[in-house]
Amino acid sequence: MGPLVINEIISENTNLFLAFIIGIGFGFVLESSGFSSSRKLAGVFYGYDTVVLKVFFTGAITCMLGLLFFSLFGWIDLNLVYVNPTYLTSAVVGGIIMGAGFIIGGFCPGTSFCGAAIGKLDAMVFVVGLFLGVLIFGLGYNLWDGLYMAKNLGAPKISESLGMSDGIFALILILIALAMFTAGEWAEKKFPREEY
Amino acid sequence: MTETKEVKKTKYLNPYLGGVLLGLVLLSANFIAGRGLGASGAIKSTIVATMTTVAPVASEKSGFIKEFRESHGGKPMKTWLVFEMLGVLVGGFISGALAGRLKFKVEHSPKITSRKRLFLALTGGALFGFGSQLGRGCTSGAALSGMAVLSLGGFITMMAIFGTAYALAYFFRKNWI
Repeated sequence: MGPLVINEIISENTNLFLAFIIGIGFGFVLESSGFSSSRKLAGVFYGYDTVVLKVFFTGAITCMLGLLFFSLFGWIDLNLVYVNPTYLTSAVVGGIIMGAGFIIGGFCPGTSFCGAAIGKLDAMVFVVGLFLGVLIFGLGYNLWDGLYMAKNLGAPKISESLGMSDGIFALILILIALAMFTAGEWAEKKFPREEY
Repeated sequence: MTETKEVKKTKYLNPYLGGVLLGLVLLSANFIAGRGLGASGAIKSTIVATMTTVAPVASEKSGFIKEFRESHGGKPMKTWLVFEMLGVLVGGFISGALAGRLKFKVEHSPKITSRKRLFLALTGGALFGFGSQLGRGCTSGAALSGMAVLSLGGFITMMAIFGTAYALAYFFRKNWI
């Protein structure tokens, strides 16, 4: 059955319309979880507010389990679902640059759009920065295309790389997440900050 | 005093409930479109479309811009992520309106000025924009969506983003706490 557009159950234009609806859900959940506030987001790095950790990992795990069960029930063909390719060098270097951007700017791209949507001027300026960064990458692409294309591993699953089944990996990830949530709850009590 | 505190505490969704809802949104994206959520890809579309129009020569020289335009049938704005991000703006606005959070303001630590906060936001945004292209996606597209489909690269990028931010947190603490 799924993915609907790939199996031609819905048209390409319906897919784009549904992208808009899914985006509304995405923006709504991010904003109502507090992701439109840079100081709330940055809290995860200082322990006073670990909402990012909780929402992010609960979200990833919910979807991961959903996909595994959908596949088990025959509702979705996971071979048709896009798995992000792994280019080792750029995944690490890109991630490091993004991490620096996160702690300096206080947002990530999705959350900055949410902040901008409710009038946060710092979020709007962050969005301007995003456009500049993407523009610089695009214009200077020939300078770093070697880095961008290096160490292409294809699109492996982490479970395959670790030599375990998807289910076992999922279980381990859930246990890790539960440990992190416990640490997060502890940190929020230990490093309290007033709400803003 | 206790009452106001109580109100302030309940103004956001419970984070675990928010996470489950986020996961269901992400699951529906995969079920419908066979792909996860994203954010930086929509910015890339806009840059490619703009550059192609205002600076056709320069964009022809960039393999990155040229490749993206050609792989999207010459219509870089007609992509899933552009429509999704328009939705994000609407969804964020609706949530903010319902919660009474619509307000023009610069949010910053009392220890720094608005001007400094805006400068840092611009710098951080530029770094994040650049990094998201190098890393083939941002926190949404590479880390969150990648993790949900068990992509090795998704986990690596997630660890690099959060690891770096934790490693640098000490040096930028005055901007936040």
